[in-house]
Amino acid sequence: MLLAAHFLATLAVVLAWPAPIALSRAGWPSRSPFTAMILWQAIALAGGLSMIGAMLVWGLEPLGDNLLEAMGALWATIVNNQPADTLGLVHVFALSAASLLGAHLVFTLLLTYVRIRGQRRRHRDMLNLLSSPAADNPATLVISHPSPVAYCLPGGARSVTVLSDGLMGLLTDEELDAVLIHERAHLHQRHHLLLWAFAAWRSALPWLPTSQLAQRAVNELIEMLADDEALRQVDKPVLVRAIAIVATGSAPGAGTHGDSGLADDSTRSTITREAGEQSTVHRLRRLLEPLPPLSAVQTSAALAASALLLAAPTALLVAPGFFG
Amino acid sequence: MATLGELERTVMDLLWATPGAMTANSLRDALALVPAGATVGKELAVTTVLTVLSRLEKKGLVERERDTRPHRYRAITSREDHTAELMHEVLVTAPDREAVLARFIGSVSESEARALRKLLGGS
Repeated sequence: MLLAAHFLATLAVVLAWPAPIALSRAGWPSRSPFTAMILWQAIALAGGLSMIGAMLVWGLEPLGDNLLEAMGALWATIVNNQPADTLGLVHVFALSAASLLGAHLVFTLLLTYVRIRGQRRRHRDMLNLLSSPAADNPATLVISHPSPVAYCLPGGARSVTVLSDGLMGLLTDEELDAVLIHERAHLHQRHHLLLWAFAAWRSALPWLPTSQLAQRAVNELIEMLADDEALRQVDKPVLVRAIAIVATGSAPGAGTHGDSGLADDSTRSTITREAGEQSTVHRLRRLLEPLPPLSAVQTSAALAASALLLAAPTALLVAPGFFG
Repeated sequence: MATLGELERTVMDLLWATPGAMTANSLRDALALVPAGATVGKELAVTTVLTVLSRLEKKGLVERERDTRPHRYRAITSREDHTAELMHEVLVTAPDREAVLARFIGSVSESEARALRKLLGGS
């Protein structure tokens, strides 16, 4: 048990600090954004799991040889109101911290969900009053605004893509198609769920390097994934022009290639503008000078690492007896 | 029959297009004149218009002048202001476009510049 606790604690520290920093500096994620996305999710999940697990296993250590036995003993102690002689104050402290952290993570996830849903509902209400459906597609709304804006608003069957007439004036039909395919890819690939999870992770543990780096990386990776989807249907020069115009367009006022669906204003705004600028540059760069995607071996290695990251803490929690 | 959402939209369009305030009765008359193709029914009860107005009032879009009878309603802010506010929600985290360009040009390599020229069809 004690060995398992130490291993989990080490894993938690590695996943909170050096691992995300190394991954955020690596060059390969832009070559295989999907694989990188899997790895980030594994890092976040395994990180949370090992943080909670380390404290849980360590706190339960005096009560039994494996987690199930120790849980049973703890339950018996609490239910029968017996004095817990073997359980020191530090152990009680570790157990409380583990439960608090677990509850905090779940609660933040739910709270973020409620907040995002409220923002989306208000936004949808106002869109209903202010925009009109595009002539050829009712799932595309056009709003009258000079800045070139394109974004999508997820909502199941009521998902919509919103374009400003400022954007439509700047882009040719082909480029507009590229933008629409890009935004719809965000919807089809359910990127808002990723943004939700990582926004919650960020607001739950804002001081942790991993949560900041992960959110920033995920924001960039979903843009690349949507770009790749657009590339299957439009020519590369069209997409590059569309990105360049949307990102640097000549219309007055501030403008953007919108984010995918108002993931979460309050947490997104803490991602600095600088990160957004950097991300656009990365997107253009990988389109202009494409590097070959990761080889099958490299991809498998990254996926295997993700699987291992998730399997190790789970195995240690479920069957710590095997490990000590 | 138009849905409440469509009615809200048409009522707001009318109020935004009207400089002053309108009573529910004059709104109903104006709604009957909304051109064909619109989803508003011809004969709307004034109570329906009042329902829509109170929903819009709750949403903070419409204010009611209570010193006259019947009450008169008007849009609180202009359509443009609402749009600007809505777009601000989307744009608040947007990268500064000038900075994107500067950063890109500042960091672009010779081969990238060549690739860009090629892609954009320049010489």
